[in-house]
Amino acid sequence: MAKLGAGSIRTLPLAGFHGGSSAVRLEAAPPAERISLRAGAEDMAALSQALGLDLPVKPKTSAAAKGRTALWLGPDEWLVIDEGKGGLMQAAASSGVLHSAVDVSHRNAAILVSGPGASRAINAGCSQDLSLKVFPVGACSRTVLAKVEIVLLRTAEDAFRVEVWRSFSDYAFGLLAEGAQDAAL
Amino acid sequence: MSGSSNNLGAFRIKGAGRHTPARTARFTFDGKTYTAMEGDTVASALLAHGVHLVGRSFKYHRPRGILSAGAEEPNALIDVSRDAARRQPNVRATVQEVFDGAKISSQNRWPSLKFDVGAFNDLLSPFFAAGFYYKTFMWPKEAWTRVYEPFIRRAAGLGVAPKEEDPDHYANRYAHCDVLIAGAGVAGLTAALSAAATGASVILVDEQAEVGGALHFDASTKIDGRNGYDWAQAAAAKLKAMPNVTVLTRTTVFGYYNHGFLGLAERVTDHLARPGKSLPRERLWQVRAKRVVLATGSIERHMVFSNNDRPGIMLASAARTFLNHHGVAVGRNVGVYTAHDSAYEAAFDLKRAGVSIAAIVDCRAEPGEAVLAEARSLGIDVLTGHSVTDTFGRLRISSMTVVRNGGSNARKIKVDALIVSAGWTPSVHLFSQSRGKLRFDEKGQRFLPDIYAQDCVSVGGCNGTDDLAELIDEAIAAGGGSVALAGENRFDWTGGMIGAAEGAGPDTVVKAFIDFQHDVTAKDIRLAVREGMHSIEHIKRFTTNGMASDQGKLSNMHGLAIAAEVLDRPIPQVGLTTFRAPYTPVTYGTLINHSRGDLFDPARKTPMHALEAAEGAEFEDVGNWKRAWYFPRRGEDMHAAVNRECRTVREVAGVFDASTLGKIEVVGPDAAQFLNLIYTNAWDTLKPGKCRYGIMTREDGFIYDDGVVGRLAEDRFHVTTTTGGAPRVLHHMEDYLQTEFPHLKVWLTSTTEQWAVIAVQGPKAREIVQPFVEGVDISNEAFPHMSVAECTVTGVPARLFRVSFTGELGFEINVPADYGPAVWKAIWERAEAMGACLYGTETMHVLRAEKGYIIVGQDTDGTVTPDDAGLGWAVSKKKTDFVGIRGLKRPDLVRDGRKQLVGLLTNKPSDVLEEGAQIVADPNQPKPMTMLGHVTSAYWSENCGRSIAIALVAGGRARIGQTLYVPMKDRTIAVEVTDMVFFDKEGGRING
Amino acid sequence: MLLIHCPYCEEARSELEFRWAGEAHIARPENIAAITDEEFAEYFFLRNNEKGLTYERWRHIHGCGRFFNAARDTVSDRFVMTYKAGLPKQPVPPAEKVSAIAEEKTVETWEATEGDAR
Repeated sequence: MAKLGAGSIRTLPLAGFHGGSSAVRLEAAPPAERISLRAGAEDMAALSQALGLDLPVKPKTSAAAKGRTALWLGPDEWLVIDEGKGGLMQAAASSGVLHSAVDVSHRNAAILVSGPGASRAINAGCSQDLSLKVFPVGACSRTVLAKVEIVLLRTAEDAFRVEVWRSFSDYAFGLLAEGAQDAAL
Repeated sequence: MSGSSNNLGAFRIKGAGRHTPARTARFTFDGKTYTAMEGDTVASALLAHGVHLVGRSFKYHRPRGILSAGAEEPNALIDVSRDAARRQPNVRATVQEVFDGAKISSQNRWPSLKFDVGAFNDLLSPFFAAGFYYKTFMWPKEAWTRVYEPFIRRAAGLGVAPKEEDPDHYANRYAHCDVLIAGAGVAGLTAALSAAATGASVILVDEQAEVGGALHFDASTKIDGRNGYDWAQAAAAKLKAMPNVTVLTRTTVFGYYNHGFLGLAERVTDHLARPGKSLPRERLWQVRAKRVVLATGSIERHMVFSNNDRPGIMLASAARTFLNHHGVAVGRNVGVYTAHDSAYEAAFDLKRAGVSIAAIVDCRAEPGEAVLAEARSLGIDVLTGHSVTDTFGRLRISSMTVVRNGGSNARKIKVDALIVSAGWTPSVHLFSQSRGKLRFDEKGQRFLPDIYAQDCVSVGGCNGTDDLAELIDEAIAAGGGSVALAGENRFDWTGGMIGAAEGAGPDTVVKAFIDFQHDVTAKDIRLAVREGMHSIEHIKRFTTNGMASDQGKLSNMHGLAIAAEVLDRPIPQVGLTTFRAPYTPVTYGTLINHSRGDLFDPARKTPMHALEAAEGAEFEDVGNWKRAWYFPRRGEDMHAAVNRECRTVREVAGVFDASTLGKIEVVGPDAAQFLNLIYTNAWDTLKPGKCRYGIMTREDGFIYDDGVVGRLAEDRFHVTTTTGGAPRVLHHMEDYLQTEFPHLKVWLTSTTEQWAVIAVQGPKAREIVQPFVEGVDISNEAFPHMSVAECTVTGVPARLFRVSFTGELGFEINVPADYGPAVWKAIWERAEAMGACLYGTETMHVLRAEKGYIIVGQDTDGTVTPDDAGLGWAVSKKKTDFVGIRGLKRPDLVRDGRKQLVGLLTNKPSDVLEEGAQIVADPNQPKPMTMLGHVTSAYWSENCGRSIAIALVAGGRARIGQTLYVPMKDRTIAVEVTDMVFFDKEGGRING
Repeated sequence: MLLIHCPYCEEARSELEFRWAGEAHIARPENIAAITDEEFAEYFFLRNNEKGLTYERWRHIHGCGRFFNAARDTVSDRFVMTYKAGLPKQPVPPAEKVSAIAEEKTVETWEATEGDAR
């Protein structure tokens, strides 16, 4: 009696959310594994090797390889997202160097924003300059969307991933839905 | 005249104006239906039908007409509605475009616009002079709330706000650009063409429906050999086609703030008869511009003379706009009163359109030669060195009195409209908002931009550049690119005056208005000075000059000049009041835009929220969180539900959602050392697998937060904080870690939302939880109170805490949030079968109070030390440093008699004290009584069978056993001071 | 709305992402437990609250999360510079100092506007 059936037991915060407009598509991203990774500059090489990607060192940049994306959030902080088979905590631990890895897979939900009006929709609540010159493909930043904090990653010229804490995710989705509506006008 | 009298209005001039006759719109004004042309403003449409009277003034209820043709309008404020909820008061008739079906009403009149009882005020005007309010509503004090305030509130404001919720929606857009250009007249368009040519990203903004600015009325200026207005439309079309340019019309740059930040209000639907549902009514643009070009032009001033406010008196440029843009003549026999050449051109245009010009009265002896010659050739009578000293006509001007300056022979000239110009005031509002410094241009009698505070440049009229060729050169240079452009205008304008005109000077008592909306006259300014207001800021507030919704766009310079004259000081020494945002009124809807309804504020819900709602939970707001408050069953009120929950938890068990507790993961080899510094307790002695209750103080020694901390490994702690304290505690910890203790190898990560937390509390808690737990022995011996383990619960990875905030045997199961609902369901299914209950925050509060556990922020208030709270044991005596160690030694924090937390029991067990109630030793002492403290928590305790309370009482612990008193409004409640533990004083249950 | 250059993100961002964190370069005394009441008051309670050029701490709380230092003119709100936490107090270029003082003199304050009235 003690065990729940695997697979059917997750309740996703944005389950059933969909929306957008003629210019913007909004969808909840599938569940992913995530860690908040903290380490000093001297240990980055070992951690990069252990994770199988080069941890970015330049502000506002990300690096992706084999289903994993590492987003520079601060000088000693990365959000690492694994959309494949996971194992981030174990991989970080195997580096053998000083670091902090904390599993935040369930802390965040992600909203995928795509289409020709994607940046306009996000700019309904986000004050950053999302022109391709200033926020190119691969750029990422922790920032503010109206009244909540988000992590924004540009995955293509007209596509973004918005990472947001789960209890703020319906607010973020609602705001993006209004932004998407306005971006289509 | 050539005007037709079809249903578009008797004052339409055939062949004049830029609207398409086939496209009409019908609207009502005070219930009467009128037909307008698409593109008309309410003002132009009414004037086309000969309607000049559109409102009553604020103070004297004088009949008022249309003074301008633009955003500066102080007079013609109307109420525009589509339906009951879509109603907007105080709209400028000169800005509002007519749409089919619009319902327009005049304001500030009763019972009707033509017969207004309030006009009685005009006869009483000697009593309503400047400063009237300040002098009248002084005493007695009691009269304020009963008489004065209701009176002022009823009289205040012109329009009436709708009572219904606004059904429209509003949008927001953040944008960035290299160059933002405010104003799309000749200067703005030229600057935009120039900037766009460099490849820069450009946003060009104009408040009117179409670009063109002064070209709306100025029909004699040619650009590149074309009619100026046509050139402007072509230039805008060219700009719109460029990928690096955004052209926003019907958009006002209302604020220019720090660091190139500008607020723009775009009116999207106010001009549409049937706006699409998806369209926002207005859109707020928050623009960060690297550079700003101000091309805001200038605003014509009116002449200040006796009875200059009658309907039919308007600015000359406005009359020209109505004629040249809207095809409407403002009268059939129009007088002109001017101190500036520009009014002559209005007269020429009107004359050519077939309107008779009664006379041009020019207060100057020598107007510009060119305009004078043209007037003569058109056969217009020009009276130089003359002034208009009075006007007549009850609801519209019928004649004017003209006198030779210095002379006494007055003659009356019949007119049905009088157009006026005292010259042009550069629109330096945005420049001033950007914190630029103005200088006074003696020659032009105007303030001009001088020292720039931001990367910004003014071009054209707002920069005092009058010459067209110069203006174009200036604009091209401001844009940073190169454009070939040539302009020609027919006349170079000269002249201008500020202050009162002949016949309205210091020796007169006439009503010569300077601020139309607030009924401020030249006399009021002089009175203010005489009464001791010598600063322009004081004069402004005393007279309310420039404080109306038009912010003195027409009146400021006149007021200043009159004050300077009375003060006998040069204008720059009298100073100018500060221009503040917004330039024109902005709706609340625009400012709050998306923040309405569900988006007003994030409503944070725990993973189990839906399940709790399905069980009938009532929720309470805790910060942004929605927390289950209590779970009423059929027929139960809150009291009954909470009593049942409290009893059930102690008798069987209860299941509680604790997910909102703040959680911070502290990781690194120096983690324990860091916590040693942040908490008052010692952490290096805590073994992995164990928890400890920790107190955090600020450097001043006062309690900042508390919570249980579990040590998962040598280098990994799971810290919990209060629900409301989570963000500030993390900020506080980061502050010390980054700036005071950066040598420590430790990192902090917020995990509040990673975990769903299910608390199971009560004697049967273990029995409920047991079958689901794998990977740890949770028997009392192996897993005693204050243990923590990583294990699985219902097969999902979990962090299991044996902790209690109820005093009962308890567990807190942390599982990754997505699993929360499934685990909750499994636990609750078993718990329910065993007779347990779900409980909410109210029961949690009662149960913890029964045990004397404090809630930071309820029982403490930022002045309470750990010792005050009875938690002195949690302050390490051995540590040589922690945040608060020095603060705790401050003399005031160690003195005797400090307020301490104690328990209170009312003599009558059924009396439940009120939280916040004050406590005294002697209820019969004279008032004001010496208060010893206050009640911080008070509940009915079903488990104790009586009320209980916690209170902060001076020297509280020494008073245990004493009787104190809580004086209430209707009675005094006697209470006994006790310790804080009301239930299970021995504390055995927690180890069950 | 201020535009603040974060020395860690190497980019200017809107004030929305930041939080002000008080006067800068006030080090917590090493031997804090042993200092006198006066020294504690000086360290914890008393602030200069200067008009004009001030050194203050900001945190890029909704960005990289780092605390850093800024030299800001409280009259004009101009940021003269920002620099990383831990660096010593950075000198302000003389030209900036002069313009800050000039700004201070021309600002509209109660003294400036009421001065004439008295």
